[in-house]
Amino acid sequence: MPAPRRLIQGNEAIAEGAITAGARFFAGYPITPSTEIAETLAARLPAVGGTYVQMEDEIASIAAVIGASLAGNKALTATSGPGFSLMQEMIGFATMTQVPCVIVDVMRGGPSTGLPTEPAQGDVMQARWGTHGEHSIIALVPSSVHECYTLTVEAFNLSEQFRTPVIILSDALVGHMREAVELPTGSELRIAQRGDLDIDPDDYDTVQSTIDNILPRPALGSPFRVHVTGLVYNRLSGSPETASPRAAGDLGAYLREKIYHHHDAIVRVEDFMMEGAEVALFAYGSVARAARAVVRWARQEGLPVGLVRPITLWPFPTAAVDHMAEQVRTVIVPEMNVKQIAWEVQAAVAGRAKVVDFGRIDGKLITPAQIKDLIKKEFHYHRFS
Amino acid sequence: MTRHATAEIREHLRSAKTLWCPGCTNGIVTRAMIDAYLSLGLDPEKVTVVAGIGCAGRITAYLNYSTVHTAHGRALAVATGAKLADPELIVSVVMGDGDCAAIGGNHLIHAARRNIDMTALVFNNSIYGMTGGQAGPTTHEGDRSKTSPFGNPEPAFDICELAWAAGATYVARGIPYAYLKLVRLIAGGIAHKGFSLVEAVSDCPTYYGRMNTKLDAAGMLAAQKEAAVAVERYDPERDGPITGTYPVGLLHHVERARFTDIYDQVRARAGYKPDGDGAAESAP
Repeated sequence: MPAPRRLIQGNEAIAEGAITAGARFFAGYPITPSTEIAETLAARLPAVGGTYVQMEDEIASIAAVIGASLAGNKALTATSGPGFSLMQEMIGFATMTQVPCVIVDVMRGGPSTGLPTEPAQGDVMQARWGTHGEHSIIALVPSSVHECYTLTVEAFNLSEQFRTPVIILSDALVGHMREAVELPTGSELRIAQRGDLDIDPDDYDTVQSTIDNILPRPALGSPFRVHVTGLVYNRLSGSPETASPRAAGDLGAYLREKIYHHHDAIVRVEDFMMEGAEVALFAYGSVARAARAVVRWARQEGLPVGLVRPITLWPFPTAAVDHMAEQVRTVIVPEMNVKQIAWEVQAAVAGRAKVVDFGRIDGKLITPAQIKDLIKKEFHYHRFS
Repeated sequence: MTRHATAEIREHLRSAKTLWCPGCTNGIVTRAMIDAYLSLGLDPEKVTVVAGIGCAGRITAYLNYSTVHTAHGRALAVATGAKLADPELIVSVVMGDGDCAAIGGNHLIHAARRNIDMTALVFNNSIYGMTGGQAGPTTHEGDRSKTSPFGNPEPAFDICELAWAAGATYVARGIPYAYLKLVRLIAGGIAHKGFSLVEAVSDCPTYYGRMNTKLDAAGMLAAQKEAAVAVERYDPERDGPITGTYPVGLLHHVERARFTDIYDQVRARAGYKPDGDGAAESAP
């Protein structure tokens, strides 16, 4: 039976996606514009036997999520810029200790308290590098209500598969926008389960994950008596090993490679009207909505413009940018920050095409008209429309 | 409460080699924890120890249970998530005094308020030991440390009073000098249904002792006997920081509904039926 059509908000869709993905634990702290995720889950989680707990701050929220995941639950938290900043240390802990969990950042204008109710994309680099030390991370950027739902399921799948925190970078527009959607049920989607480690507990320190075979960690309270530490540890025993450069190097390389080696399996990019395009728009999240409208307009005007929309922002879609750089002469990167992703595009394009950045940081959306102006300039196009 | 044979204790340790300094009493408190678990006859597979960062936090690498060595100050918050996700876990949270009362102070008062069934064990040596002897929130006024070379200008927190005021339902303080009593207080906290906090006074001869009491490890341990006054005999009019004394024993004990009990009612009101599928699989 097809799912009924519903008019819901991006934030609500994320909460529903979490339930569908099998999340049974949410810890959070109210913050605009993410609060509806907490509100929805406060009502939905107890009904499915899960737990909603409101913590004393965002540091405690991500910490409790990590604890719940270690105890065997799929768990998430949701926040916005100021809270996301507070979470950074424990996000690093989760990458180091390889704890699957999902962190939703509904981006708003910053820095500091900034523009609490207005959208921005100023946290994209914080998502990548906000925690200290060398690490890898996965971040997804939804640009519609439907995608808020499906990418939340995907975020849980990736977090379980790669034993890593996954960040969903939504924004105040996508979070608060309402769209009529038909949401697929759990049986229509792939739902990754954590799985059991099928070995004798006595043999626990003889098995080691490889880049291609990432083993699940047994939960706390299991016969395996696991040790979890944020110190550099021996990958086989889990014991701290801070005096061994070799252990540190091995762990660091593994934590990095277990994500980067799987670039093709993780990274999703949508090409829109890229056939024959000479100019590409590279846009993500809510900005991609304006960009898509502009591409339709450009094609009607006979201008060869397409859109490359990263759905995965981290790891950065270098293969897709590579491909794009071979095809087009110009890449235009409109984003609600100043050059955060444009620099990344420029590095990947490596001189093969011109990269034009366009940033807006006043809390207002980048409009189709603004993107059109950039395209007109690119084609020396003077017709009014 | 009995003292178990060393061979039996060793089965609960991954390693008996620690990085704690000679004369540090953390080892005695560690043994007291194991004696408490053994006395209560707990399934070691269900015991989960969550700790923060500092000398005390290193206990997680030594104890042979499920152990989590979290970030500085965050142990109680991680433990909150673990206990709520799996209420079957027997959760002990080991923190140093700075870990618990400074960087983790906010988590302490809210964990106490929620009354989640877990036991906070604070190894209180009145100084930051791991970083080399700096003053913290439990360093007494006037004490010398690396960051209070002319005497600490700040008054100290009484962690037990703090936890009590915040809503902890079992609060106790013990000293390694009175070992079996310490074991009994820890065991009482673990058996208690609700949030319990046991402060174990711990000696740091390397930093605190060297800069203040000028006593060696044995001298510091002996001094615990002089400073600790059984709560039954403790008279706030006569005893206290002025005389360098503090009350030990079971300081506070009440029964109050636990978060997990109340949350089961929340689930029921939301329509969840633990044995049927209830609302569990309803489509979004």
